[in-house]
Amino acid sequence: MLANALPFIAGIMADSEFPFPQSDAEDLRTKFSWFLSGASMIFSIPALILMTAHVGFAGFASENGVSLLQATFMVATIWALPANIVLIGAISGGYSLFGAAIAVALSSIRLMPMVAAFVPEMRGPKTRKFTLLFLSHFIAVTAWVIGMERLQHVPRNMRTTYFAGLGVTLTSTNTLVVAIVYYLSTDFPPIVFAALFFLTPMYFLASLWGSARDRSIHVAMISGLLLFPLIHYLAPAYDLLLTGLAGGLVTLAYVRWQQARQHP
Amino acid sequence: MTWQSITEWWWPYLFILLAGWLPTDIWRFIGVLIGGRVREDSEALIIVRAVATALVAGVIAQLILYPSGSLAESSVILRIGAAVAGFAAYLCLGQRVIVGVLVAEVILISGLSLNF
Repeated sequence: MLANALPFIAGIMADSEFPFPQSDAEDLRTKFSWFLSGASMIFSIPALILMTAHVGFAGFASENGVSLLQATFMVATIWALPANIVLIGAISGGYSLFGAAIAVALSSIRLMPMVAAFVPEMRGPKTRKFTLLFLSHFIAVTAWVIGMERLQHVPRNMRTTYFAGLGVTLTSTNTLVVAIVYYLSTDFPPIVFAALFFLTPMYFLASLWGSARDRSIHVAMISGLLLFPLIHYLAPAYDLLLTGLAGGLVTLAYVRWQQARQHP
Repeated sequence: MTWQSITEWWWPYLFILLAGWLPTDIWRFIGVLIGGRVREDSEALIIVRAVATALVAGVIAQLILYPSGSLAESSVILRIGAAVAGFAAYLCLGQRVIVGVLVAEVILISGLSLNF
């Protein structure tokens, strides 16, 4: 679909007159088409699944007395669904500002290794740190999974542009979805919500497996899945963080073992 | 200070920024600083990527085992069964994401309608 759209967009833009020297105009045109290419991921299955999750979030916010404007403000500024749910839980539980911040910080630590792994994938030869800091706001699980899968097929110097299109569109569309669903106060039977909430883990499960470039990612994924229930039982407050670290260690052991086998 | 301790209109927004935005984006910014130091194809990147992947796998397990909202009332056996069957279908039938999602959903919805 995209391969057809790009020459079309380039064709439209070729007719308009740019007040730039030829090479700059060319560069801008390429950038714009990569931005649109990233933005068009809004029509992908994972983006649709994320929107259904936000439909559920709008209902959750309104049940807990958070206003329409407050709920949309949360989605745009925080942009991590678990952190939003934790924050609303803390608000309705009467937490202090500090207590709520700690609870949200614990749920958001996972973003640190995710962003650290994403940045080497996304940065180009001349990318400024400020650009990366700005774009990092748009990294959450869905954008991360899509990005890790797609960025390798995007030319290096166009990757930040591509991700800007993807990230900004994903965040602003979902902010809008929450506002509209909240306003219409759309109500569905519980079985619909249950089915919608189950889409997210199933999509992540399949696409995370499919986007892996080598065995080590599969090892990390399986160890994360299996270790989580045990770690949740032992240390519920730090379960995700410890699962990440333990899964990382298992994977490192696997990588070392592979190297030893290949070069005895 | 709680959500309700100041009645001015701006207080909830300041609360969201201080208790929501700041403790979330700070980790993203630290992630950028760490990621900027990691060279590609280095062992450090393999480890960082493995930690991130295991963490996302943990999020998946959490959503299946300890969900919130309407899904929380369904049986955990049903959710695990639907997820395992969906993932097996994904692996066996040509690794198509949509196949895995649909098989899991059909099993979940059938189970829920039968009050399993």
